[in-house]
Amino acid sequence: MSAAVATTSTSDSTPAALETGYNFAYLDDQTKRMIRRAILKGIAIPGYQVPFASREMPMPYGWGTGGVQVTASVIGPSDVLKVIDQGSDDTTNAVSIRKFFARTAGVATTTRTRAATVIQTRHRIPEEPLAEGQVLVYQVPIPEPLRFLEPRETETRTLHALAEYGLMHVKLYEDIARHGHIAKTYAYPVEVAGRYVMDPSPTPKFDNPKMEMSPALQLFGAGREQRIYAVPPYTRVRSLDFEDHPFTVQRFAEPCALCAGTGVYLDEVILDDRGGRMFVCSDSDHCEERRAAGHRGTMLADGTVDGETTDA
Amino acid sequence: MREGALIEARGLTKLYGGHVGCTDVSFEIFPGEVLAIVGESGSGKSTLLSVLSTEMEPTAGSVSYRMRDGSVESLFDLDEARRRVLMRTDWGFIRQDARQGLRMRVSAGGNVGERLMAIGERHYGRIRATAEDWLSRVEIDVGRIDDRPTTFSGGMRQRLQIARNLVTHPRLVLMDEPTSGLDVSVQARLLDLIRGLVAELGLAVVIVTHDLAVARLLSHRIMVMRQGRVIETGLTDQVLDDPREPYTQLLVSSVLAA
Amino acid sequence: MTDPLVSLETVSKTFTLHLREGTRLEVVADVSFDVHPGECVVLGGPSGAGKSSLLKMIYGNYRCDAGAIRVRDADGGVVDVARAAPREVMRLRRTTMGYVSQFLRVIPRVGARDVVAAEGREGGLEPDAADARARELLALLNLPERLWELPPATFSGGEQQRVNIARGLIAPRSVLLLDEPTASLDAANRAVVIELIRQKREAGCALLGIFHDADVRDAVATRVVDVTRFRARPAA
Repeated sequence: MSAAVATTSTSDSTPAALETGYNFAYLDDQTKRMIRRAILKGIAIPGYQVPFASREMPMPYGWGTGGVQVTASVIGPSDVLKVIDQGSDDTTNAVSIRKFFARTAGVATTTRTRAATVIQTRHRIPEEPLAEGQVLVYQVPIPEPLRFLEPRETETRTLHALAEYGLMHVKLYEDIARHGHIAKTYAYPVEVAGRYVMDPSPTPKFDNPKMEMSPALQLFGAGREQRIYAVPPYTRVRSLDFEDHPFTVQRFAEPCALCAGTGVYLDEVILDDRGGRMFVCSDSDHCEERRAAGHRGTMLADGTVDGETTDA
Repeated sequence: MREGALIEARGLTKLYGGHVGCTDVSFEIFPGEVLAIVGESGSGKSTLLSVLSTEMEPTAGSVSYRMRDGSVESLFDLDEARRRVLMRTDWGFIRQDARQGLRMRVSAGGNVGERLMAIGERHYGRIRATAEDWLSRVEIDVGRIDDRPTTFSGGMRQRLQIARNLVTHPRLVLMDEPTSGLDVSVQARLLDLIRGLVAELGLAVVIVTHDLAVARLLSHRIMVMRQGRVIETGLTDQVLDDPREPYTQLLVSSVLAA
Repeated sequence: MTDPLVSLETVSKTFTLHLREGTRLEVVADVSFDVHPGECVVLGGPSGAGKSSLLKMIYGNYRCDAGAIRVRDADGGVVDVARAAPREVMRLRRTTMGYVSQFLRVIPRVGARDVVAAEGREGGLEPDAADARARELLALLNLPERLWELPPATFSGGEQQRVNIARGLIAPRSVLLLDEPTASLDAANRAVVIELIRQKREAGCALLGIFHDADVRDAVATRVVDVTRFRARPAA
């Protein structure tokens, strides 16, 4: 990976000491080669799920074992790693994985999207547009978009091989029939490069348009299901829909309560037992950067709000 | 292949190891013709249907099919992609167990619409309108369009299977004991519906049944199978009213009034 | 004289009952006769003489062991029913050859008028013409109009029989096989059937029938063929 300006981590104030006795980034070289071959194949066939021999990792399934193996196989000593969990850099999962690579690979870590060369993510794409040279590694629980409709693996593989994707639309049809609109709000299926239908992992569909023609390389790892797939830079990624029910993303009525950001994905935060709540940026780094730049939401402790301040 | 024939089987044989599924079965079907295959369980009729539906490859023999563009293709020489397209557009398969022929976790409308979506229909409103039309044609209350087949009776499930299969206007429909396991009154209604649709749409049908009354009501021609072989064949009423083979005479005499 | 529409030549039939130790029942042997357009040939002879079997053989319902059964279709082509492929016999039944018995094979849930009209359409009538002719025939045969839309399954025997006659006569087929169509009809309806048969004759149809009732037979028959003269001798 290309070297970027290594910034010191902003949340982990002291870099963890490098563990001795482990190979660089934990995995042995043969395993990395095997995974890199799977990644290369995935890049060559965008959206196609490549089977790989997933290893036992020192963390339970469901905690990103697939993403970690992909990251371990692509990261180099000069890379700068960012890890997010639902947009946040400071949840247990994100902190653990960041520490894991700091201790086993000695790489620099960051929370800044722009500063990272490798970003491992669980269920979000950063708000900050990604750039060429960046790698986004998704943690994927269930890679097969057809799984809930067709339990047989032999059959789903045939459906992919023959591009028989009517079933995927059956799922969307069911949504409209039941809810009046396509109610699927995350893991919303996409067609990659006009060929394979892919599950973008449980990211909110809000993030789907960010995948389209992204300059960054997007890699997907499912540890338990032993699948790797990829979207190379500048690839068409189209969300499935109907002519009379076109794909749309979520819209939020209010701006972020902390940074007054709009056009971003917001999380609802419950404040008390009396129905009090606020909506804040899911992407914590984005929110912090905006606040550092002087933007103020209605609920920010200092009380001034964007629009009321003279510098807005 | 004979001029005008839709499908022609020649010398179809299926062996399971040393065990015979069916041996040297030949027939042809013309558009609009209903062929009944009768026999007891183990007679090879279900094996034959599995081969015809291309679920199993025959040990020997061939099946030719006249495509919509008039060209004749050998079914087992088609690549899987074309075969599957053929199966879900120009062919239908009504199964004995509706749970195998339907998606039980998908609504009735979704079940009917699946084939349309599979061939590229991407307009929800049109898919739904077509599904409503087909539900009413198979006498399912359109108000049940969003219900899952798990909430349907046995007869309704079979009718839904029919709608799901006929929505792409196939020319050939395979039926495997479509009425067995249903109450007699439900059976009668279903047979009547099938009879009407077959005549109205000019479908060619291969129906496997052990019930001679079903064969009598639906089919023009009949093939009697025993121990994997076709032992008697002809006009349905001729074979049932003037059976020649000892086994056919036994079959006919074993039912009350076929 | 014109070419016959139906021609039987040395026709023989034997039933082999495999479930009765292979007992052989010889039904008819060496039957030869013709039916010309405009004729109504009545088969004579006691019951058991093989009259019904002969009709069924001509219709292709029973197989024919030996001889030829030639039927001329609307296009002038001749089909030997004894040897024709099932598909040919089906075509002949659709275009040329009708069969009227006294028993209606009941189709559930289809109304009487449509039972009749459907057969007219099958025989080549346009849907509107078939419907009009169905109404005409049912009215002629005195079937109460309130029954027309009801499925005949619930009708009395006589009512079902009249639906069946209407069904058997609606299509413009040139060969009609009549197996006791008037049995157990009352006098008024018998007269209607006699008149309908006369009309068919005048239209140039070839009719071949079995009529137990001497009155009807005398009224419709142009010729009687005694089946007993073909009757097989018991095997020695």
